[in-house]
Amino acid sequence: MNRRDFLSLAAISGGLAVAPLAGSGAAAKPIATKARIVIVGAGAAGTALANRLVRRLDGASITIIDPRTTHLYQPGLSLVATGLKPADYVTSDVAHWLPANIVWMGERVAAVDGEAKTVSTENGTVIDYDWLILAPGLVLDYGAIEGFSADLVGENGIGALYGGPVEAERTWKAAQRFTEAGGTGIFTRPATEMKCAGAPLKHTFLIDDLARRAGNAGKMNMIYAAPQSSLFGVPIVAEKVRMLFEDRGVDTLLTSTLTAIDPGARRAVFATENGQQEIDYDYIHVIPPQRAPDFIRNSGLSWADRWTDQGWVEVDQATLRHLRYPEIFALGDVAGVPKGKTAASVKWQVPVVEDHLIAAIEGREGTETYNGYTSCPLITRIGRAMLVEFDYRDNLVPSFPGIIAPLEELWISWLMKEVALKATYNAMLRGQA
Amino acid sequence: MKELALQSLIAVFEEIFGRGLFWTLVALAAAVTLTYFYVLIRDRSVSWKKFLLAQLSMPFGAVASVWFVLTMTHSRLSDIGGPVDLIVFLFVAVIGAVGTAILVYTLEALIGTERTRQRRSQGTRAETRHRHPVSSN
Repeated sequence: MNRRDFLSLAAISGGLAVAPLAGSGAAAKPIATKARIVIVGAGAAGTALANRLVRRLDGASITIIDPRTTHLYQPGLSLVATGLKPADYVTSDVAHWLPANIVWMGERVAAVDGEAKTVSTENGTVIDYDWLILAPGLVLDYGAIEGFSADLVGENGIGALYGGPVEAERTWKAAQRFTEAGGTGIFTRPATEMKCAGAPLKHTFLIDDLARRAGNAGKMNMIYAAPQSSLFGVPIVAEKVRMLFEDRGVDTLLTSTLTAIDPGARRAVFATENGQQEIDYDYIHVIPPQRAPDFIRNSGLSWADRWTDQGWVEVDQATLRHLRYPEIFALGDVAGVPKGKTAASVKWQVPVVEDHLIAAIEGREGTETYNGYTSCPLITRIGRAMLVEFDYRDNLVPSFPGIIAPLEELWISWLMKEVALKATYNAMLRGQA
Repeated sequence: MKELALQSLIAVFEEIFGRGLFWTLVALAAAVTLTYFYVLIRDRSVSWKKFLLAQLSMPFGAVASVWFVLTMTHSRLSDIGGPVDLIVFLFVAVIGAVGTAILVYTLEALIGTERTRQRRSQGTRAETRHRHPVSSN
């Protein structure tokens, strides 16, 4: 290496070190408006949209309604439920993320009147709106499974990580015992639409891996049970998961819906095509049916002919705008679209609603569309994951085509989940990504 | 979205390390790099004696950075599952090696070791060249 080469190398490495200093991005001039915008829900979608709107609009009255004071980073729950992260990894203050110059009402919404354009709360407050964004999330219907309740989680071999940080931590208590003692483990999913359909698979793979690491692979009888006829909604991914389950020795029980459990006897009851099947378990992971909050269904905002037992908001798939009330949009879990109940979907949905909302305020049509993008870093063991990304049409839509293969178990995909995902999520909450 | 890619990236890094720590790290990296250029310009040449120690430190930097990444991410070497993983792994090692080399070289040039001081006392020819740059060419 001569001196010039050495200096070039130094310049390159120096350049790399200094590059992040060069920021970019001249913000567009805010639009003056007196519009009254109401956002229901201060979760991932509501918070991200609020942070983007305050930058785009000048003079708008923005109200966000949510009684919760703790923000939940839900993609982290699978890591808490396997002891990889502590419970406080997923919690933060709602107030920390909300912009300063909006109104936050800590109340629960009771009804929406799409004709009168009002939202009323359980405390009797009535708020007028010009534009309404519904992002209240969904409700876990534990009551639909006979014999089950949230306080059972953690005891008698019962896990249910979707419930929240406490339930996820207790899930690990029960799951850890299972990985040490062995036995039969049943991993279920509901018949309804659900948040991140990859989560029950992840939990199965991780518990299997933890048992292997504990040297108990021979003592495990792992069963993945699902009401559907395939392991994943996207056929090409389902086929890959089938192969991985075969490799890990995970048995599958398809077209079987968990209807009841007997915690004392550690027995689960499944409704199958031929009637009923009972299975004794040492560990069961329960994901209950999931539905829209009652006020959505009671306010006549749901689809009348689709998901009638679940009540998701009747919106256009591409614009997320209500089909009967053009002043209403839906974001995140509550939106009545075939896919998209993940934080990654929210990241793609929020700019679409922002675009159409601002266009409408300006009296023109928006141009952005949502293609159903949903992403799932599908963990297949500690240290490896498949970065599965797809759209409405079940196409794979890899973010890094040719570099990160979607159906390969890769360390880089795990790194993304472990290191970059929460950071990206937080940046999204701030409206920056 | 695309034109904001760099801004998003910065936002993500700020979240990973925390805003204060991230910019402190950037400032440190920039400071070490600038100091490195300073000693190169000051000395008007690469000292191969200093560079020898810097080179010898590279494997330690590589191993340390790989160990750090694996530990922080609950990973093991056997998790490397495809070509891109190998590239990431080598990238981490190379960054660690080059970073350490630059740091060691710079520290040695600034603070000086036994060898460096010896070099400086013998370095009259370099100083002469510095005073008469044209004649040295």
